[in-house]
Amino acid sequence: MATGATAAATLFGGSKMSAFAPPRGRKAVVVTFGGGARDEETFMPEGQENIPLLLKELIPRSTFFTQVVNKGILGHYVATASVATGVYETFNNFAAVPPDNPTVFEYFRRDLKRPASDAWVVAPSNGFFRIGESGNRSYGQGLGAGVILPKRLLSAALSQSGHDQFEHLLRDNYETPLYTPQLTGHEVELRQMEDILKLSVSDFTTHASSLASADELSVYIARQLMRRLAPSLLWVTLHDIDIAHAGAFSLYVDAIRRSDKLVAELWRAIETDPEYAGKTNLFILPDFGRDSDTEPGGNGFQHHRTGDALSRTTWMMVLGPGVPENVVIDRPVEPTDLVPTLGALLGFDARMCHGKALTEVL
Amino acid sequence: MQPAQLTAASFTAYPPEAREAAASEIELLKRLPLAFLPLLLREVVALDSKFPVERQELNHQFAYLRGMTDSELRRTMSPFESLRLSPELERVDWVNSPADFSEQLTAHLWATHQIDTFRNAAVQYVSQLNASNKVEPLAVPRLTIVIAGQGVTATNIPLFRKLRPQGVRFTHVNPDKGNEAILALVARRATAHPLPFAHWYVDGGVPQPVACPELACLSYAEIEGVRTSLLASMESIMRSGVGPEALRTRLARVRPVDLGIQSTGRAAILDQFKIGVLTEGSGTQVYSTTFVQWSAREILRRAQPLTLVARYAPRLQEQTIQQMIAGGHPKPVLDAEGALRDADMGAYYTWINQQRLSNSENSRFLVWFEGHSEAVAVAPSLKGGTMQGSTVTMAELLEQLEA
Repeated sequence: MATGATAAATLFGGSKMSAFAPPRGRKAVVVTFGGGARDEETFMPEGQENIPLLLKELIPRSTFFTQVVNKGILGHYVATASVATGVYETFNNFAAVPPDNPTVFEYFRRDLKRPASDAWVVAPSNGFFRIGESGNRSYGQGLGAGVILPKRLLSAALSQSGHDQFEHLLRDNYETPLYTPQLTGHEVELRQMEDILKLSVSDFTTHASSLASADELSVYIARQLMRRLAPSLLWVTLHDIDIAHAGAFSLYVDAIRRSDKLVAELWRAIETDPEYAGKTNLFILPDFGRDSDTEPGGNGFQHHRTGDALSRTTWMMVLGPGVPENVVIDRPVEPTDLVPTLGALLGFDARMCHGKALTEVL
Repeated sequence: MQPAQLTAASFTAYPPEAREAAASEIELLKRLPLAFLPLLLREVVALDSKFPVERQELNHQFAYLRGMTDSELRRTMSPFESLRLSPELERVDWVNSPADFSEQLTAHLWATHQIDTFRNAAVQYVSQLNASNKVEPLAVPRLTIVIAGQGVTATNIPLFRKLRPQGVRFTHVNPDKGNEAILALVARRATAHPLPFAHWYVDGGVPQPVACPELACLSYAEIEGVRTSLLASMESIMRSGVGPEALRTRLARVRPVDLGIQSTGRAAILDQFKIGVLTEGSGTQVYSTTFVQWSAREILRRAQPLTLVARYAPRLQEQTIQQMIAGGHPKPVLDAEGALRDADMGAYYTWINQQRLSNSENSRFLVWFEGHSEAVAVAPSLKGGTMQGSTVTMAELLEQLEA
């Protein structure tokens, strides 16, 4: 495949990515574990009890990168935006601003001339509202992904049904639990839910009331999107793990276990949905790690503030057609390598990104 | 403003002891780079509410820097000097608001990919500073005891796995009067070595009675009013539309008097510490387990006590979305087993924090599952990674620990 692509690029004289001819209908789903999970609570021997499904069901089907080193700012929004642009973004993590560099969604939609309905982000907090579309002049407005913030949808739905007192309980993030960037347009979002997701406010609220966490709500919305629109590029950011900032270890571990279950559920959905089965690659990666127990400047799992090796180093799992199964890659890679890899798989050119495509899964 | 422009008048807004210390070191301060000096001033400005050990350490740091020749000081400071700062940072009022400067410096270092350089420089500096400090023997070996699991009747959790390799695992501790034995020992040590802020008792719930004026005590129950008031204040600040950085800045400025606490002398220092736990510790305002773990960390780091007892209690249960929707304003539900799991990790962190202090090779540590027979004891006389299955009372266990 790589050889053929190189020859084609030479023949047409264009950029190296533009000549790729990916299989028609190829799709990709990206799941980031926002909140950062340490190896100690996941893939190290003492942590493996927390991720039984990743270990037993997914790893045997995947190429597993053991060292994904994040060299950027270790804040969740800015780090996730960096993963989505392939460039280490440097904006204020707590500001609801668009990334400076084009996102994967913009490359995907512009190069492949895809409609807005073909790229979606399901994200945890208001802070992620602008992640679908960059502020870059050559891309930007009108070329990005639709962004759904399920907690915000729930908040709007509850407000409409007279439950506005719950809004403050739907914590926006855990690093600064009282901070919620203000957005407007609840009504628009509720209409969007009914029009796009074909989901009435009452059905949504009823279903939400059977769930334990915000991430379960995110996966529920992601599955609705898959059923209704079957987007070719779907990005889901889980965030329950970030409760670690509150310092309660048991809640952090419970969130990892929930993420394990939810990711496996998404993979099963991909494998059984005719729109996705056999043509979808799944990428799973924490945005970064958390501080080590022995780093004096930190407080172990609670934060990711020291910039030590453990807080910067995490893993990535890639599954789906064309990806070698049960393969472990130990060379260090970076989260910014994800976008060009997606470009190579789906057939767009992430021309402004700084990462390098992961040839092991191409 | 640049450090070379400092005068004694620059510190007029500092509290009395801090003002005097800064003025007396003015010539040294003027020679320090901007990427370093505000971080030192952050310590100086808090001098009036520091513990005795912290005062000694600050004095030592001044003596260490003062004792250097010009070239030695330049060499020591060169990693900080080489950092690229922004004009915005230079405009910050770093003399009177060194904490604000520190926040903005951190953000700048992350954004300009200099955080690793700074981190390496700081680690190297602290290492050299510590090496220059003569370690004095302690009056008595340091002892930390963590009591975990209050309210748990039975559990399948394999406890203290991270600590077992460090000490002896006791599987048949007679729990009768365990707390009493522990607090009696603490009181004896405090009475025998009545140094200020050398003996501490932290409780995640309602504290056990202990009559010992030398013991510094703080508990989650005792600070309930302050905690609630602070949370309300935090919500009010955030609702005013400011961002998280501004919230942190404002919290850093909260004084006991702002929360209705009027105290003087030793009590004022303790009150300032309590407020610090609530304003600087993430999650300490919400979960009692985080309050105990963070308090223990800060007590060890700052006061470097001879004795510390940290007792966990059930914490607030995290609400599910289901509960939020169903319950209106539900009564708080407590989670004892979750708190035990938190305490298990918290005990490990407390041991790590104790081991960071001087004389750590001679210190002692005990973690006990309250009301049950499981404990791990770490001491020079106890062989790591071993198990003792014979029945012991808590008093006997403590004797072994102290031997």
